[in-house]
Amino acid sequence: MDGVGFLPINYRWVLIIAVLVHLICLFWGKYSSLNVQSYFNLQNPYWQTIIVRPVQRGQEIKLDTKNITGPISTGDDSASRQQLQPGQTLVDRYNIQAVIGIGGMGSVYRARDLHFPNVVKLVAVKEMINLAPDPLIRQTIVQNFEREANLLATLDHASIPRIYDYFSVDNKSYLVLEFVHGKDLEAVINDTPGFLPEHQIINWAIQLCDVLSFLHAHKPDPIIFRDMKPSNVMIDHNGDVILVDFGIAKTFQTGQKGTMIGTEGYSPPEQYRGEATQLADIYSLGATLHHALTRRDPRLEPPFSFAERPVRRINAAVSSEFEAVINTSLMYNPAERFPSTDAMKDALMAVARKTGALSRIAPAMTAKINAIKPLWSFKCEDEIRGSALLYQGAIYIGCYDNNLYALSAADGEFQWKYPTDGGIVSRPAVYDGNLFFGSEDQRLHVVSTRSGKVVWTYFTEGKIRSSPRIAEGHAFIGSDDQTLHAVNLNSGRASWKFVTDDPIHSTPHVANELVYVGTEGGMMHAIDFRGGLKWRFQAKRAITSSPITNKQALFFASVDGTLYALDAKNGWAIWRFRLDKGSVSSPALAEEFLFIGAADGCIYCVDVRSSKEIWRFRTDNQVSSSPTIYKDSLYCGSVDGFLYCLEYRSGRLRWKFQSEGPITGSPLVFDDIVYIGSADHQVYALFA
Amino acid sequence: MDILRKLFPKPRRSTPASAEASVTAPLTDQQISAIMKDTSSHFEMKQLVVGAGQSIGKQREHNEDSLLALTSTISGNSGNVPFGLYIVADGMGGHQYGEVASNAAVRIMAGFILRKLHAYLYSVPSQPMQESLQEVIQSSVVEAHRFVQSEAPGGGTTVTAALVLGEQITLAHVGDSRAYSIYPDGRVEPITRDHSLVKRLEELGHLNRDEAANFPHRNVLIRAVGQGDVIEPDVVTIPFPQPGYLMICSDGLWGVVNDKDIYRAVADAHSLPRACQNLVEAANAAGGPDNISVVLVQLIG
Ligand SMILES: Nc1ncnc2c1ncn2[C@@H]1O[C@H](COP(=O)(O)OP(=O)(O)O)[C@@H](O)[C@H]1O
Ligand SMILES: [Mg+2]
Repeated sequence: MDGVGFLPINYRWVLIIAVLVHLICLFWGKYSSLNVQSYFNLQNPYWQTIIVRPVQRGQEIKLDTKNITGPISTGDDSASRQQLQPGQTLVDRYNIQAVIGIGGMGSVYRARDLHFPNVVKLVAVKEMINLAPDPLIRQTIVQNFEREANLLATLDHASIPRIYDYFSVDNKSYLVLEFVHGKDLEAVINDTPGFLPEHQIINWAIQLCDVLSFLHAHKPDPIIFRDMKPSNVMIDHNGDVILVDFGIAKTFQTGQKGTMIGTEGYSPPEQYRGEATQLADIYSLGATLHHALTRRDPRLEPPFSFAERPVRRINAAVSSEFEAVINTSLMYNPAERFPSTDAMKDALMAVARKTGALSRIAPAMTAKINAIKPLWSFKCEDEIRGSALLYQGAIYIGCYDNNLYALSAADGEFQWKYPTDGGIVSRPAVYDGNLFFGSEDQRLHVVSTRSGKVVWTYFTEGKIRSSPRIAEGHAFIGSDDQTLHAVNLNSGRASWKFVTDDPIHSTPHVANELVYVGTEGGMMHAIDFRGGLKWRFQAKRAITSSPITNKQALFFASVDGTLYALDAKNGWAIWRFRLDKGSVSSPALAEEFLFIGAADGCIYCVDVRSSKEIWRFRTDNQVSSSPTIYKDSLYCGSVDGFLYCLEYRSGRLRWKFQSEGPITGSPLVFDDIVYIGSADHQVYALFA
Repeated sequence: MDILRKLFPKPRRSTPASAEASVTAPLTDQQISAIMKDTSSHFEMKQLVVGAGQSIGKQREHNEDSLLALTSTISGNSGNVPFGLYIVADGMGGHQYGEVASNAAVRIMAGFILRKLHAYLYSVPSQPMQESLQEVIQSSVVEAHRFVQSEAPGGGTTVTAALVLGEQITLAHVGDSRAYSIYPDGRVEPITRDHSLVKRLEELGHLNRDEAANFPHRNVLIRAVGQGDVIEPDVVTIPFPQPGYLMICSDGLWGVVNDKDIYRAVADAHSLPRACQNLVEAANAAGGPDNISVVLVQLIG
């Protein structure tokens, strides 16, 4: 009930009820079943104030145009005036020692139970002030409170404090309960300088699942806690969790719509409709764990925005498995969460076993990896660093053994090879039945796909690592001679050359009647079809990555650790996205998503329009390979030797295939088959 | 050659509109004439044209809205760079801090952005800036946020700002003012997403359209400039609607005038300032419950 903390205490009961009534009447009128409505003036404007944040403490500002939700300050003068003072004794039995908590309805005190004169028996006394003006309402409230206390007194669980007593004096009701030696989790989070360790939080999460399961299994009606949040979880001196604040825990009958209650930030969307099932507790538990792991208080964030703040983006030390459990518990749609706290506990146990938080049972993960068998594989004489091309049923791929290989796409059968005098690290292009590819022997080779014989060659003055791009009757290709060559396809001679200041490894891209190419000096050039410079853009380090465009923007990465989006027409930077390390990978586009690998070992997915990270997937070594999108999957290699297949919208791993060497080339996917080369000298064909 | 032409056609003004039109619903004569009006005049140079309108409305004592429109055209052998900055801000908060907040936000943002771009737009040699447009506009919102927090404590404001450079719009958005793309075929498409509780619940499927329309907390914002510790505007870059219009307005307009009437008011006007006047009048005719601000921009050529 922290939500009304800033209001003068004597309005609180009125407001709480007014709010409920208003919410019931206005918001979810059709579910309304309470008849207390008639006691209240429905035009009472207080409901509005309840979600308005006074911007400075103590100063109450009524906003006439708009209200803003936000953090709500707790504590005020009138609350403390009403507080019991240390030394005071309640009902001749409970000697107040200190205030240990201030909540929505009153204070929580530490008190000594004087019925045990020979020992110091401490109890917690939770006070609830009842200021409903209408005596009938007041009576109903007291009755509800007593019914509640009776229910709580029957609960016997290690994580629930024992209820010793309850009584009402004047307009106040008191609940006397077991005093927990410890701190509430909110205080633990705030008082810990860095992040709390994962194993610690997993253990608490498992205990919380246990106690919630106990409540949910309550007979005859399940008890929904409804207000799971760090300040309602105490950590006792043994480090075990105790659930406090059953103030709003209500017995729940399926199908009965309750009232909107709970703490903003931790409550699931459906709770705003007055629905609270065990799935609501699962969401709030997820929100509590998210807060504990990230230190980001959800009350300060837009409602239901956890998905925008993945745990591991804020706290990279958390395992992806734990993050996945939290994500599931925080699904907007209740049906997509864990079906029960038991199921959530099972998932947490699995994580704890895997990460060693609980014990050290080795994960049986390897079975799945080896289950992927290649359709065929073909062995060359040296590393394969380049990428394949498929043309009329054949795979063409260059190798560091200086040959370009032609293999049957169906079974990998060798058809021919064409020798050059240098390594081939690029991807061939095809035009009119002829293959075009560069070699470290400084030449652009043009070879007939049918015969495997040379048609013509073109000399540059440096090694060629760039792949050719064919457009406008020309092959555009960069070379270590620092020049972009526009080679006429008919004559085999250069129509023009554009000289830059540095070697070119990036593959040119043609769009908007411009040729885009990056250099090892970090300059991106836009060159028109006559060889004239239209614009250029300086990155801080090499641009080895090959640019791509959509309708408006040009995308590429740099070794400077940035993924760039430039206005394709004029070179103005639209956005920059920070990768954790440099990148030589080339981006891929699908829908509004941009994908790229980086030397930090991650494959990233970024929103094209907003440059927001959608997900990242961590491999075990650098990702120099460029991602390929096929249907709803992304394929990408890593220097860790694996080819990864991810669901491209979510970044979830579908499968991975282990080769025996780093994979730096980019996969080719056609007709549900992936073709990839590896530094283990092999070309593999795998079912996509 | 041909393949390339097909893949990368020269932007031809008239084709896209009519091509789209043929696959969507048939057009009225009036719509066709509106399209023709747009497409008949072909200019070699690209330029932005703008109209703006504002009204206190019929039920408020204060105008807490602010708007800003700034248009610049450069054309020469270094290229043709249309540049424009258009901002609508809708303030809130007690002690007149609402009007202070919205007014400060538009000025601070514009000053910040112009200082950043100045060296690249209005000096020689001109070359692309290192910092990205999204970073610049994002920082300008942070700047405005800090200013409001310190100079108008308690005040807050929505901000929807469009920075147009070339043929791209980079938008920063906080709150429930809106930016729309309006097309000659009658489509009125919102570009921004309101930062309001009602929108949030609607997006999550917890309110349907009717429930949302009757939701009592319609005016509860979940983000505003000047409110909260950190401000995170939505920032996106999209192509300028061509042919068409960019419209930015406060909820005083979109809250009471439906899309169809917005389109009518724009299509029936012979100039953008007149169109804005029509829109303001439509909102006032619908009761004018709130301050009204609107900016309409067209990229022609
Ligand atoms: N049994 C207890 N033992 C020790 N401290 C307690 C106990 N119950 C509550 N507290 C402290 O008081 C704070 C408020 O109690 P809570 O029951 O959550 O009241 P409210 O309904 O006002 O939120 C808790 O966050 C915790 O720090
Ligand atoms: Mg509490």
